[in-house]
Amino acid sequence: MLILQDIGAYFIMLSKIFKRFNRWSVMKELIIREIDSLIVGSIGIVSFISFFVGGVVAIQTALNLSNPFLPKNLIGFATRQSVILEFAPTFISVIMAGKVGSFITSSLGTMRVTEQIDALQVMGINTYNYLIFPKIVAMLFYPFVITISMFLGIFGGYIASIYGGFCSSADFIEGIQLEFIPYHVRYAFFKTGFFAFILATVPSFHGYFLKGGALEVGKASTTSFVWTSVLIIVTNYIITQLLLT
Amino acid sequence: MIVVEKLSKSFNGTNVLTDISTQFEKGKTNLIIGQSGSGKTVLLKCILGLYGTDRGNIYFEERSLQNMDTKERSILRQEMGMVFQGSALFDSMTVEENIMFPMRMLTQKKQEEMVSRANEVINRVNLINANKKLPSEISGGMQKRVAIARAVVMNPKYLFCDEPNSGLDPKTSILIDNLIQEITKEYQITTVINTHDMNSVMEIGEKVLFLENGQKGWEGSNQEVFKTENQSVGNFIYSSNLFKKVREVYQKEN
Repeated sequence: MLILQDIGAYFIMLSKIFKRFNRWSVMKELIIREIDSLIVGSIGIVSFISFFVGGVVAIQTALNLSNPFLPKNLIGFATRQSVILEFAPTFISVIMAGKVGSFITSSLGTMRVTEQIDALQVMGINTYNYLIFPKIVAMLFYPFVITISMFLGIFGGYIASIYGGFCSSADFIEGIQLEFIPYHVRYAFFKTGFFAFILATVPSFHGYFLKGGALEVGKASTTSFVWTSVLIIVTNYIITQLLLT
Repeated sequence: MIVVEKLSKSFNGTNVLTDISTQFEKGKTNLIIGQSGSGKTVLLKCILGLYGTDRGNIYFEERSLQNMDTKERSILRQEMGMVFQGSALFDSMTVEENIMFPMRMLTQKKQEEMVSRANEVINRVNLINANKKLPSEISGGMQKRVAIARAVVMNPKYLFCDEPNSGLDPKTSILIDNLIQEITKEYQITTVINTHDMNSVMEIGEKVLFLENGQKGWEGSNQEVFKTENQSVGNFIYSSNLFKKVREVYQKEN
């Protein structure tokens, strides 16, 4: 029953975010601040992870190509497919659930515990719009992060393949161009949009409705990470089933 | 004036407030006192509209809070100022930005007008050289002053304070109490203070409401506290030896 209550509260929260908009001059500043902390602040870690995981995908593919009849360009092909279809949109989103999600939950949770949200409410401000809407707008730039991840993942695979001596530069480049289906990129960005919305709203829900003190802020961050990850994985499955089969 | 009429509130079937009726007068410092868990904060949050009520009504100058639509509530909220227990200042904003925040969100004032008004209230609460500091860079007493400045910057009709002295040393507590009382008189605000600080009761308690287990135990002024024969109020207020002595002296003199 509690989970149904939470689902209901989540959707009521969503409806309130888009009611009674606050002053644009104030919201504009908040949106820029959120873009800085949620998007720009994540580029470093996403770039680092993407580059090295792309490299690992290429090495593992190369090590499994023991049959000399299999063309070396499969390394580039497998790296491209893995990175574009799953690694960049899904795996990075799960990492972002930990980084961005925990940040959102703990910052809103701390505002709740220190009565800052109550203070906003007493002033007559729509707190849902003031606190959560800028995060949703900032996450509209999330596909930009995923684009960087895709590029660096494939680039990491390229570097690992060339400097590891697994294939030539020409083979790898041929591989990443092999049977390229643009629809796969559209599919990846389509699901990225859903993940961005989940990343902005689910952690906000856990932070906004937090009850208790400092200990609960920590617990809520963990719960928020778990639920955000679960929703990303389930949404990924449903979208893949609908769009790729 | 705020009139509370037969107010009841429960959480998960447990009664927290039962049939509370009282009125808080304009231009006076009205205190709500009682032990921890007696329902003081719940009563304050019901008056603020942060909690809904099960039964009863709250009137702000004859406007019923329960019958207000969203727009009317929004207007009413702009007439309210609130000082929270932990000050509830916005961490990422400077002192000046914190004080200007309600004006930025709710008025059409120009930047210069807002800065001027903010400086006016900053001077009123005696905050010196703190405009550009973050809340984490100032003391607890100064944070309370900033919270008071933010609460009065919009010229509210109603000022609510939730334990404004908590965490402050006795000297600063008295300064904050006096500041609240001065502002109440100066701007003719209806001020409601939630406290369990007996110094505040003695210093500024023009009207005192004593809550006991979610019910109205007693009400009167700080002068009447000395005369009351209500056992519960006596046990609560004179629980310390110091206040027992004060009462003995008062009773001898009168």
